[in-house]
Amino acid sequence: MIAALRRARDLGPLVSRIVAAVFGGYALAALSSIAALALPMRKPEAVLTGMLASFAIYAAAVVWVFAVRSALRAWMGLLVAAAPLLLAAWSVRAGGGA
Amino acid sequence: MRSNDSTVPRAVSKPPRKPRGIRQTMSDLHIWAGLLVGWFLYAMFLTGTVSYFKDELSQWMRPELAHQSEVPDPALVAQRVASQLAILAPGSPQWSIGMSDARNNTANAFWRKPGVQGRAFENATFDPSTGHKVAARETPGGEFFYRFHFQFHYMPVLWGRWLAGFCAMFMLVAIVSGVITHKKIFTDFFTFRWGKGQRSWLDAHNALSVFGLPFHFMITYTGLVTLMALYMPWGSDTAFKTPAERQQLTAELSAFIQPAKPTGQKAALAPIDDMVRQAQARWGRDNINRVTITHPGDAASRVSVSRGEEGRASMSPQYMLFDGASGKLLSTKDSVGPAAETRGVLYALHLGRFGDLPTRWLYFLVSLAGTAMVGTGLVMWTVKRRQKLPDPDKPYFGFWLVERLNIAAIPGLSIAMAGMLWANRLLPVDLLKRGEWEVHAFFIVWAMTLLHALLRPAKKAWLEQLWLAAAVLALLPLLSVFTTHRPLWQSVAAGDGVFVGIELMLWALAALHAVLAIRTSRHAAKLRPSRREAAGRSAATASAGEAA
Repeated sequence: MIAALRRARDLGPLVSRIVAAVFGGYALAALSSIAALALPMRKPEAVLTGMLASFAIYAAAVVWVFAVRSALRAWMGLLVAAAPLLLAAWSVRAGGGA
Repeated sequence: MRSNDSTVPRAVSKPPRKPRGIRQTMSDLHIWAGLLVGWFLYAMFLTGTVSYFKDELSQWMRPELAHQSEVPDPALVAQRVASQLAILAPGSPQWSIGMSDARNNTANAFWRKPGVQGRAFENATFDPSTGHKVAARETPGGEFFYRFHFQFHYMPVLWGRWLAGFCAMFMLVAIVSGVITHKKIFTDFFTFRWGKGQRSWLDAHNALSVFGLPFHFMITYTGLVTLMALYMPWGSDTAFKTPAERQQLTAELSAFIQPAKPTGQKAALAPIDDMVRQAQARWGRDNINRVTITHPGDAASRVSVSRGEEGRASMSPQYMLFDGASGKLLSTKDSVGPAAETRGVLYALHLGRFGDLPTRWLYFLVSLAGTAMVGTGLVMWTVKRRQKLPDPDKPYFGFWLVERLNIAAIPGLSIAMAGMLWANRLLPVDLLKRGEWEVHAFFIVWAMTLLHALLRPAKKAWLEQLWLAAAVLALLPLLSVFTTHRPLWQSVAAGDGVFVGIELMLWALAALHAVLAIRTSRHAAKLRPSRREAAGRSAATASAGEAA
């Protein structure tokens, strides 16, 4: 029982990182593909730029999540990166696009 | 995760005292990202590699169709097939004809079923010289491996594509983390320690990876790009609210024109060959890819003739649009925006269709190295851990599973792919749903290799499957002698590069499997004395940092 709890405690941060990498990374990439609409270019161009770049952002997010010292830092990093993207994405929605 | 602990002893239980270096964490990421979907990646890589010759393979799988020594004039072919479609599919809102070319001795058309809402399509294969449906055995041809490599089978197409995307993303992460892990990327490329067990596997894995690194990275990223609208629809969903708005984007990606509203007013279709000739004058005689006709016979009919892939490394749409009733040129699409062109080039780089024969061979070989990279990576996982097993004859479940799946995934897949080609030669020509049975044969054989791998001792299973793969590959050209009218010597005499090329390739691949089998048996023989390596545990742990 205690062994199982200890195991859960040991595995917790790892599971947290995996969730951060798979879902957090995807969310960040998706967000960046929306934020790309704020770029000063024609809409189809901005959409495609966002799509093309999203996989690099996803991969970078995954590497970040596993590179840093703790699961908490991993999540914080994702949130910090998401903040400006969220702002840009929000401006796109609010402004109804460029 | 138990085996993870064995790679990195005590790392999980006391992280704060001694933070692990970036190479160590990236090595773990590389190992696990690679292992978890490695079997899918191996299958995607190998079937994708073969797909660089899918048109040639399709020709080989339809031996009834004569070798095409000259490319028939696309203008005439388009007219012939269109005339045939007028009989086969009258009242269809859309026909689309994929032209025959230097690599395809058939024209393939698909059309929307008339009177059915949504995406109901039918398709058929046509003989370019007559315009009639081809009279050849029913087979998916090389198209099956191509489709399988990005959407698998026996599941909805979209699920398969998501699964492929998920695996490709793992691959991308494995590549990036592999590069970070690998500090001596240049010197290691020139290091090869033959016959040294784990070291040799590591060096082989490194050499294969580093040699093709730009290719592997490119092929993985561009693979994601080919289906990016599926994987990352959020920008497009935000920017475009109506189908009309969305059309702005589609027009940048595809030459495939959508049917507009018909007028209901009848108007005979103008000659298609005249329209194709105008396109030939612009792009060259044989550089026509596809002719799409909407609402044939209606006054609102449109015909698009799109440019082939020759002479440009881009899949961006380039086409001429004609009024179907009058035959007048309405517009020419020559270019797309910079981002769309970037996507078009990346897409073309993945498919490699722009290349001539030497380029295609280069693609094939480097891609095969990529397949071997994934394969050696998978094998290395077991080689590295076997030395540390307390009792190699009774490994823990995870090890046992990886070892067995590796066998079914690597030599088993070779046997299954060859098995499909055997089915292509052996199934009765008039069998109902024959094409589907060729595919079933592939999976039945593959399942049998898995069963065999689970039941036999691992080393024996490796050897037996490698030898079996070599045998079934080597016997295929012989099988053709007895089951077709095109034995190898006749193909040589006829100067049929496609049949000769494929059958020699089958022998080369058989030889490759035989060499692997011989090396495996030698390795097995001298494995036992060299197990003292396990003594230096710290050395092994350090090597895990370099690994992969």
